[in-house]
Amino acid sequence: MSNQQLPEHPDFLWRNPEPKSSYDAVIVGGGGHGLATAYFLAKNHGMTNIAVLEKGWLAGGNMARNTTIIRSNYLWDESAAIYEHALKLWEILPEELEYDFLFSQRGVMNLAHTLGDVRESMRRVGANKLNGVDAEWLDPQQVKELCPILNINDNIRYPVMGATYQPRAGIAKHDHVAWAFARKCDELGVDIIQNCEVTGFVKDGNRVVGVKTNQGTINTEKVGLCAAGHSSVLAEMAGFRLPIQSHPLQALVSELHEPVHPTVVMSNHVHVYVSQAHKGELVMGAGVDSYNGYGQRGSFHVIEHQMAAAVELFPIFARAHVLRTWGGIVDTTLDASPIVGNTPVENMFVNCGWGTGGFKGTPAAGLTFAHNIATGTPHELNKPFALERFETGALIDEHGAAAVAH
Amino acid sequence: MLLIPCPNCGSRDETEFHYGGQAHVAYPENPTELNDREWAEFLFYRDNTKGAFAERWLHSTGCRQWFNMLRDTVTYDIQSVYPMGTPRPAPANPAVPDSGTASTAADSTTTGAAAPSTSATSITAPEGATK
Ligand SMILES: Cc1cc2nc3c(=O)[nH]c(=O)nc-3n(C[C@H](O)[C@H](O)[C@H](O)COP(=O)(O)OP(=O)(O)OC[C@H]3O[C@@H](n4cnc5c(N)ncnc54)[C@H](O)[C@@H]3O)c2cc1C
Ligand SMILES: [Zn+2]
Repeated sequence: MSNQQLPEHPDFLWRNPEPKSSYDAVIVGGGGHGLATAYFLAKNHGMTNIAVLEKGWLAGGNMARNTTIIRSNYLWDESAAIYEHALKLWEILPEELEYDFLFSQRGVMNLAHTLGDVRESMRRVGANKLNGVDAEWLDPQQVKELCPILNINDNIRYPVMGATYQPRAGIAKHDHVAWAFARKCDELGVDIIQNCEVTGFVKDGNRVVGVKTNQGTINTEKVGLCAAGHSSVLAEMAGFRLPIQSHPLQALVSELHEPVHPTVVMSNHVHVYVSQAHKGELVMGAGVDSYNGYGQRGSFHVIEHQMAAAVELFPIFARAHVLRTWGGIVDTTLDASPIVGNTPVENMFVNCGWGTGGFKGTPAAGLTFAHNIATGTPHELNKPFALERFETGALIDEHGAAAVAH
Repeated sequence: MLLIPCPNCGSRDETEFHYGGQAHVAYPENPTELNDREWAEFLFYRDNTKGAFAERWLHSTGCRQWFNMLRDTVTYDIQSVYPMGTPRPAPANPAVPDSGTASTAADSTTTGAAAPSTSATSITAPEGATK
């Protein structure tokens, strides 16, 4: 909870080696997903002659920009399976990685504001229970007991009519998560190379055999793309298309406050999500900008909208100040589900399309993607998330159903 | 926040508009002849250009007319606005030189090895048949 101390950093995190001329596998993108993939490649598949290439600084992309919400209360079986697997991994990873990244299971509430919301929420609670995901329906009074600062009066524009609640959900310190994975990767021999931008690929027929970078060409047998926001730019370099659109997504924090907000509150309908960071900032997120963008900044009206919603739900926030706002670039799909699997290019694999919600999936993305890269075939959990689903029509339509708009 | 020059009403705040995604994507001319792959391309695959991008906007709370716009997806500079049904104008300033922020050239979609032009794979047909 909020009085948890920030952990001391181990004094050694990772080396900064020069890239070698060849690797057994190269992971493009040093965000949480790329690092988790490298970790599981090394740990579960014994592949240690591998590199993670990051064009900027380690985990400076969406990994450093997200609002850190972790939950697994997704509607469809395929999603519940992969996100719940991720949640189970979150529960054991601090010990496994020997690094306390303050995973705080303070619970997540998804508010309902209309009769439609109420029905959809109850349906999701039922579906979650059938899938072994902890879920409860709370009436407004129970909502108030769990989060006393929430306004449950019925004289506001969208009164709180109840909420779904997942007690095992919560938040974690995202940059510490990245550092935890990076440190273990490094220990296992993985080369983490920063300021190394992939600018093209070398192919032999339809097989990828190398990557071109601003630090020279690197030969490799396998390539895994973990470049959230830029997945389609890389795919195009490799000669194939992805059904991905990149959109700016913003978040903001207030100055530090005493602990006032004991859980995580999300509202799809009025569209804001709020938690309180370990140090005390109120952390808020909202929706994506409607247009395509790579500029890592978004529109001010989105912030105005989310603040209006936050102040109505939490009247005590009215006097809080916005300290910082920032944007990330998220790669969205039309069914709001990720794409993890093989590509039309041989030996090239893609993990993308996690949109606004991929932080929570980090451990499962890493585990399943590593399996897919090492064996050439998908893990049971990522099989439904293959690129082919857009052709077969077996979409996993989490739009709305996932309890937050994408 | 974008200030969008509606061709009918003049410059208005972004909140008055509705985004319509990639421009110049026409309904297939012979739908019955499309295979699953081609349908997938039409329904789900759109260009996601980093740089100058032709897209559609609807002035929903103004004249309620659709129009096309060429916008840089990195700098968010609006390069031109033109009517539905007319071809994409040549970029006024192909290299987008001193935009201040990250150059689009460095990441331009043609830097890759042997990357085919995606517009060759997208379904383009006579204009005006969109949406
Ligand atoms: C404001 C915001 C709030 C969010 N809130 C949540 C939340 O509460 N919960 C949740 O689950 N998810 C959330 N997300 C989504 C989540 O952050 C992403 O889905 C997830 O981080 C994506 O995986 P990643 O961590 O590997 O991506 P990133 O950290 O973005 O990693 C991709 C990396 O690839 C690098 N890269 C790109 N191109 C190249 C290249 N050519 N060569 C080398 N490297 C390259 C980038 O620099 C970047 O570091 C949020 C996102 C944002 C922006
Ligand atoms: Zn107009």
